[in-house]
Amino acid sequence: MKAASFDYLEAGSAEEAVHLLGEAGSDAVILAGGQTLMPLLALRMATPTVVVDINPADDMAGVGHGEHGIRIGARTRQAQALRDPTVARHLPVLVEALGHVGHYQTRARGTVGGSIALGEPAAEQPAVAVAMGAIVELRSRRGTRMVPAREFYLGPYVTSRADDEVLIAVHFPEWHADSQVVFHEVNRRRGDFALVGLVMLLDIREERVERAGIGWFGMGATPVAAVAAEEALVGRALGEIDPREMARIALAEVAPSDDLHASALYRRTVAERIFERRLRTLTGKIAA
Amino acid sequence: MSLHFIEFELNGQHVEGTAEARRTLLDFLRTDAGCTGPHAGCEHGVCGACTVLVDGAAVRSCLMLAVQANGKVVETVESLASGTDELHPIQQMFKEEFALQCGFCTPGFLMTMVALDRAEPRPDAAEMKEALSGHLCRCTGYQGILRVVDRLAEAGK
Repeated sequence: MKAASFDYLEAGSAEEAVHLLGEAGSDAVILAGGQTLMPLLALRMATPTVVVDINPADDMAGVGHGEHGIRIGARTRQAQALRDPTVARHLPVLVEALGHVGHYQTRARGTVGGSIALGEPAAEQPAVAVAMGAIVELRSRRGTRMVPAREFYLGPYVTSRADDEVLIAVHFPEWHADSQVVFHEVNRRRGDFALVGLVMLLDIREERVERAGIGWFGMGATPVAAVAAEEALVGRALGEIDPREMARIALAEVAPSDDLHASALYRRTVAERIFERRLRTLTGKIAA
Repeated sequence: MSLHFIEFELNGQHVEGTAEARRTLLDFLRTDAGCTGPHAGCEHGVCGACTVLVDGAAVRSCLMLAVQANGKVVETVESLASGTDELHPIQQMFKEEFALQCGFCTPGFLMTMVALDRAEPRPDAAEMKEALSGHLCRCTGYQGILRVVDRLAEAGK
């Protein structure tokens, strides 16, 4: 339970982080909140030669409005985002998700960017980013890239971030203030990773779905956008939506696996029921 | 392997020392600073026994590097009681409610409760209980600890 040796470098700003990571080469990692990296180091599942600490980089923390919506700096602590008035007003689904991320003690250090950069397939924040259509801002000495969250995740803990790129911020597009939001997570204990998780946003105008964003987590190798279900919902009147059919469409896009915690059959069964029930409640409530 | 000179405030006292980069704050506190109140349970962020306050926030000291505490204010369970006969009010409640048995997890629970007790706005009993889900206790069945939460929440009203 002791980490292997590494060199530690402190980045006082985003620019310095980009420079240090670029210099350090492919065997370096960024240390943000450390609530996942530190266990990986302790268990020697990660053995980097250089650790670049972005905790002193205050310019990487904070929430603001940008041209792509709400911009959350990568080093913004989860606890800070949870009580931020801009996040509360514009990203209620993220607030709900953050309440499920780890525990009070880990949210005090864990960051929004750290979790989204890591890409744990059963984690909450990457799924919110995927469902909402967020954009990930990556910077290296070669320049800045804006990557849609839906193209960012390639596999468990594997993303399209290059070794020399630092995740600087995440941009969440603004949805209507009265968007209907579902966040549903099934796990055995509070704070655990999800066995099954669903994020759904629907913009509804005159009893018709105008825009839909749906993401699964804990249901495959990455967070998954239920694109076919989104397309099937958009333009449809509430009275014409068959929640059971929609659940089947949304489930056709995921391939959950068996593991120690739950079987694939359990995940599919629970996911289908959650989806159907939550969609039925949501559309019924508005139609009523 | 890099070595770092670090200094920080620990329970009102100035401490300094040299830490290898990989040394956790927990190990530095216990081994270098001789402050053995924070307990090393799982050493990978699951059990909560190592919880301390860093700049007032309850965090897991096994998930922080010692070098990251440089310049910060760290508080451990040692800072709570003012003497052997004078426990901190939350420690006193733990005693009265039988909220501990072996005591291994207790320093962690206490530090989270101190952080909650100081928080503005003050969390209610449900929020305090949610925060305590970050701690494991294998003796008490939690009931005594939850009675402390209820008393603490009541006292804050």
